[in-house]
Amino acid sequence: MTGPLSIGFIPLVDAAALIVAVDKGFAAEEGLDVTLVREVSWSNVRDKLNIGLFDAAHLLAPVAIASSLGLGHVKVPIVAPFNLGLNGNAITVSPALHAAIMAEIDGARFDPMATAQALSRVVAARRKSGAEPVTFGMTFPFSTHNYQLRFWMAAGGVDPDEDVRLVVLPPPYMVDSLASGQVDAFCVGAPWNSIAVDRGVGQILHFASDILVRAAEKVLAVRQSWSEKNPEVVAALIRSTFRAAEFIELPQNRAEAARILAQPERIGVDADVIQRTLDGRLKISPDGTMRESNRYLLVGREGAGRPDPVQAAWLYAQMVRWGQASISPEALGIAKAVFRPDLYDAALGRGGKAEAPDAIGAFAGPPFDADDIAGHLAAFKIGRRKP
Amino acid sequence: MGAEPSPKIVIVDESPIRAAILEEGLREAGFTGVVHISEMQNLLARIYALDPDVILIDLENPSRDILEQMFQVSRAVRRPIAMFVDQSDAASIQASVDAGVSAYIVDGLKKERIKPILDLCISRFNAFSKLQDELERAKSALEDRKVIDRAKGILMKRKGLTEDEAYVLLRSTAMREKKKISEIAQSILTASELLK
Repeated sequence: MTGPLSIGFIPLVDAAALIVAVDKGFAAEEGLDVTLVREVSWSNVRDKLNIGLFDAAHLLAPVAIASSLGLGHVKVPIVAPFNLGLNGNAITVSPALHAAIMAEIDGARFDPMATAQALSRVVAARRKSGAEPVTFGMTFPFSTHNYQLRFWMAAGGVDPDEDVRLVVLPPPYMVDSLASGQVDAFCVGAPWNSIAVDRGVGQILHFASDILVRAAEKVLAVRQSWSEKNPEVVAALIRSTFRAAEFIELPQNRAEAARILAQPERIGVDADVIQRTLDGRLKISPDGTMRESNRYLLVGREGAGRPDPVQAAWLYAQMVRWGQASISPEALGIAKAVFRPDLYDAALGRGGKAEAPDAIGAFAGPPFDADDIAGHLAAFKIGRRKP
Repeated sequence: MGAEPSPKIVIVDESPIRAAILEEGLREAGFTGVVHISEMQNLLARIYALDPDVILIDLENPSRDILEQMFQVSRAVRRPIAMFVDQSDAASIQASVDAGVSAYIVDGLKKERIKPILDLCISRFNAFSKLQDELERAKSALEDRKVIDRAKGILMKRKGLTEDEAYVLLRSTAMREKKKISEIAQSILTASELLK
């Protein structure tokens, strides 16, 4: 039906719906001839999508918005007709930092306010002793990881730009950097948190879903101009990734999905680690402690696949809060228009109604108001708003 | 180069040969301040220590994302990157991605001084890929020759042929079957292995 498509991805579990759509044949059944191209950096995925070497890509949701706003690099309008995953990240800390936080904690260990306040005491003590600041690794300046880390620590009184050091690290380097002490902690997607725990060099402090109940993580991204020229292809992509997401969410299919994803040319790690991620059943400590959550990673369930403009607005609000973007109604409009529930609804022939009652569900601050970002941000003390 | 000092250029590349090819090209063109970083640990700290005007990085390098944080204006970033190649010039972005290289220009360097660096970088990266292809071809030619020699040996022994006769037999069979001589030779090796 169409010419061959080239789609870029980064080897992470939240590319599951895309990889399964292709390798399980759902895309072919929609008449699509897709070649998946594994990439090594988000910058490469972004640039190859922007200049047309890729027709579509597994992309960080904030990068799709930044690209459409022209933040940090070339401005290319991108649209996201399908959301590949909600949540899925975790904060992993070194055993030493974990012990320091637990020694200071006043509250439950999975309560993000309690850990953030404990972190602020650890950070203050470090500063007093004249030691190097606590260093956190994250994947990209425009990433949910960056915003989740910042949101969490700022709620406990830690200024992410003043009190600690936040550095970008490619996901495959995270575990080694934690082991060598180059970073004390990181926020990254699966499978890297589990790999740090399995290697005995890290302890999962939080699932990102402790911080935000519902956060758009990766999207299926296409150039806006391309989507306008190829509406049928976009619809077929939505249908095939939707079917793959439904397939992955059925517990009886998890083992097969994990095997597909584990292939060396796909994610290339043990199927067992991938299945733990899909099941939301993670080993969080080298001592074998397990933690389960039905919110760890959502691939399709609870309407996860439907792009939600409120999510886009929240991500834009974080760009404003941390000085990456200026605040303007036009920019907010552009950001929201990146997420296209209309394309999703049309492709799947459904009514067009969001399925989630609370779009964000942050653990601190007032409920998010997409229509009053300035008012919403005023509730947060720490930030780096542009004048 | 005029009166302006040569901009300081950092090459981030784990391939020492490619980095050397690029470095040599830049020096020949009069860019004297070229430094190669091959070690990715603490990359940002290394770059800050050198304080370059231009950073060139190969696209196979996952550390490229580390450079992207230099676009941010924050305390952690000393001199922000002004642009990624030339934002107004889609063709040069295309050419550099095709060649497999990316250029980051640190704030302050004049636009007209960037183009010759980028053009040179693209042509040297392309030259390197060509060199690699040639090397691959030479390697497989050598492999072919080994297979043909072994097949000739088998024919000489089994059919009592001279070396020349064995080669003529291989060649005529290849022509008749519209295959490469090396393919016929490979099937002789396989067959003789099976019939052992």
